[in-house]
Amino acid sequence: MKIFVTVKQVPDTSGVVAVNPDGTLDRTSMKTITNPDDMNAVEQALKLKTQYNCKVVALTMGPGQAENMLRELMAMGVDESVLVSSREFGGSDTYATSQIIAAAIETYGLEEDDLILAGQQAIDGDTAQVGPQIAEKLGIPQVTYAAEVEASDGKMIVKKMLEDGYVTLRVKTPCLITCIKELNQPRYMNVEDIYRAYDAPVAVYDFEKLKKHPLIDLEYIGLKGSPTNIYKSFTPPLKSGGVMLKGSNEEMAGRMAAILAEKHLI
Amino acid sequence: MKRNFDSKDLNAFKNVWVFCEQRNGKMMPTTFELLSEGRKLADELGVELCGLLLGSDIGCISSEVGGYGADKVYVCVSQLLKLYTTDAYTKVVCDMIEEYKPEIMLFGASNIGRDLAPRCAARLRTGLCADCTHLDVNLQEYISFLRENSSLDVDNTKFTSSSFDENKTLKMTRPAFGGHLMATIVCPRFRPAMATVRPGVMKKREFDDVKAAKIQVINPAFEISEDDIHTDVIEISNMAKKIVNLTGADYIVSVGRGISKDIEGGIKLAGELADELGGVVGASRAVVDSGWLPSDRQVGQTGKTVHPKVYIALGISGAIQHKVGMQDSEFIIAVNKSPIAPIFEIADYGLCGDLFKIVPELIESVRHEKTLM
Repeated sequence: MKIFVTVKQVPDTSGVVAVNPDGTLDRTSMKTITNPDDMNAVEQALKLKTQYNCKVVALTMGPGQAENMLRELMAMGVDESVLVSSREFGGSDTYATSQIIAAAIETYGLEEDDLILAGQQAIDGDTAQVGPQIAEKLGIPQVTYAAEVEASDGKMIVKKMLEDGYVTLRVKTPCLITCIKELNQPRYMNVEDIYRAYDAPVAVYDFEKLKKHPLIDLEYIGLKGSPTNIYKSFTPPLKSGGVMLKGSNEEMAGRMAAILAEKHLI
Repeated sequence: MKRNFDSKDLNAFKNVWVFCEQRNGKMMPTTFELLSEGRKLADELGVELCGLLLGSDIGCISSEVGGYGADKVYVCVSQLLKLYTTDAYTKVVCDMIEEYKPEIMLFGASNIGRDLAPRCAARLRTGLCADCTHLDVNLQEYISFLRENSSLDVDNTKFTSSSFDENKTLKMTRPAFGGHLMATIVCPRFRPAMATVRPGVMKKREFDDVKAAKIQVINPAFEISEDDIHTDVIEISNMAKKIVNLTGADYIVSVGRGISKDIEGGIKLAGELADELGGVVGASRAVVDSGWLPSDRQVGQTGKTVHPKVYIALGISGAIQHKVGMQDSEFIIAVNKSPIAPIFEIADYGLCGDLFKIVPELIESVRHEKTLM
């Protein structure tokens, strides 16, 4: 058994976000982090590793600098990592991305008892599409919104969150599970692994390595091949501020309640 | 069944379809929003609107699909479709799309829709846009939308394209980067153009009894067997507590980081104010991430989109990720101790001060106003 964790380096959208005049994102001004849901996937992989003594492989697609993120994950206890990186892959939408990652996973080797963990969604695009699309390309089952994950007799038992409750599913490996933050609390890096991660090898899979893989359809790669394209991007308009009430707390509260009553809102 | 299906053969596709999500034989409210929006798109294209309904014991809800605007409903009934499974639903939905070739396919962006739609798009080899908040076919409608809702210089923007007909292609608009940016996505070279649509955003139209009675119900042939399904449902549990329905609430009192000095007290005050107004308590991402309230309370880009009659933000600074989820509320009141909190920019009325002092006064004043009525 081994566990793949798919991860993504993203701009930290909870911090300061600057937008260029042309409506694109000023990425240089932003801090990059490992996508939060992906950290929950990594944590779950490491928990299962302790239990089953299996190997954990982190896999990401992105620019060369994503190697730093992979080293941080190895410093948490991830055993190996793969960086899928090539100019040809740039601008890929979820469809194009998932076929490249699926091909990378098969290139590494996907076996009967393997598990793939992914974050539910990335905070840059919030699509939640790449996980299910990797599973479809690999022809394996998926469970999304996982709030609890256990292994039992070669099967995974997953508690999946819905809007109105939970459904518990049993699914055979190999399968792909997407993780939400309710699943666990990600650990910190540890000293022993920080040393190891410093010069551990990071495998790089580029276009040349993956282009002949049967899952790669060259018509669907990168910005040009992606089925979806950006037509326009823009920022929401600035609204002008409303009325600031004045006076003591009692006066402000009284005025506010009176306005609600005047507008028949109470 | 081997079908003749090629997602690149654009001329083979026609009509707008909506996946009608039901749970336990009851239609999910988002379905009605989707049908209402789908009707608009079908009219802009001059084509039919069709619902696709999967399940068992669902015959009686198929006319509801008509009442919200559909001309036809394709109903697939099987015991194996009673409970949602990714495998069974993906197979039947894809088989129906391959057979009937809709040009647009909409799903609700529920936990089920967001599980199903990407899997279908990958199988059908077409594009999917996630969690849309606005859809257009007609270019002039899209331009008027931008005039109202964007900071673009619309009159000096080029909308024509050499690669597709911009007046017939579905334009799918959604927030990105936590709401800092909006993007309009197109799927020009493949069909169907697929989208998941954020619950609570599209307006539901009036139920039309005549149209409901006129709906054409079709029971297409389809195949599904136990061998197609690779997951077993072991247990279904409803939330122990009652799920808070933020999306449908008329009054929402939300709390933010400003309650940190007395978390319990802050939540209690918000609850009292919400009770007084007949509403519910919501929360910002900071509050949910800190574990002070569960995630079903979260309003914002990663939570729910709400448009209540009155939204009261207590101690919420108003990060863009929160504003995206509540800025379309009809009436917004903000209480914050910082006079420069961004929440005041979108509030109709702002009260600057300590929420622990202002809210008790507000509860008292609302009570007083009610006695005068």
